[in-house]
Amino acid sequence: MKSRIILFVLAIFIWLFLSWPPDYQHVIVGVLVAAFVALIMGDFFIQRPHRLKHASRYWCFIFSYLPTFLWEVIKANIDVAYRVLHPRLPINPGIVRVKTRLKSDTALTFLANSITLTPGTLSVDIDRKKGVLYVHWIDVKEKDVEPATKIIVERFEKILKKIFD
Amino acid sequence: MSDIIGLIFIFIGLTFDVFGCLGLVRLPDVYNRLQAATKCVTVGTCSILFGTFLIMGFSAPGIKALLCMVFLVLTSPVAAHAIARGAHRSGIKLWDGSVIDKYKEDKEGEI
Repeated sequence: MKSRIILFVLAIFIWLFLSWPPDYQHVIVGVLVAAFVALIMGDFFIQRPHRLKHASRYWCFIFSYLPTFLWEVIKANIDVAYRVLHPRLPINPGIVRVKTRLKSDTALTFLANSITLTPGTLSVDIDRKKGVLYVHWIDVKEKDVEPATKIIVERFEKILKKIFD
Repeated sequence: MSDIIGLIFIFIGLTFDVFGCLGLVRLPDVYNRLQAATKCVTVGTCSILFGTFLIMGFSAPGIKALLCMVFLVLTSPVAAHAIARGAHRSGIKLWDGSVIDKYKEDKEGEI
């Protein structure tokens, strides 16, 4: 039930932003559509709603995850621009295996997305049972699991563990 | 003032989009191309949308631009992830100069 209410509120906010400026016709249709969506999809959206109550998770997300993420994204772009503009194309690609200790779906999604948007790495597949991610790396520095994990995963894993687990 | 800052953001965004397209042309295989496309195009397009928001302010187009930014950041890595996985599963090989392919070793015999 909690999960449905959260989904309803989220859906209605997105609807209101989409149909900005709000007037009563849009709001009525939005309430109906959001209620319908929440009724059908509510159970899949959030598994453990009680986690949403911890305020420290939000602060951690805003002040720890977002700055790290933005900084890495900017670095990633400059990195790609350098590789593309360099006349000899300095790439050394390959797919490596890295380990993760995160368990929940949301955390793994965020981790995979963060890996994709950070310098030189693109997550290809994930094996939840073994806790293994396969990462395409444009400039392979380490072929083994442990050192590669240290370079690719660690900086986000610490933060995401605080937020989602 | 916010017009000028918005234009600067749009200009940066266009530059990164051009780099992304250059990467699509120059890099050798699907996976490397996806890297360039995802990173540069996500940030480039987000930057253009943010510039639009700065110029338009809290009006209908500005709010929609902000919403588009959020969805772009959430969905574009997922799309890249799906394309890369699908490409590997359907048997597209890595570039000849690739040094290692752990994924192929682990998924040997599995379809």
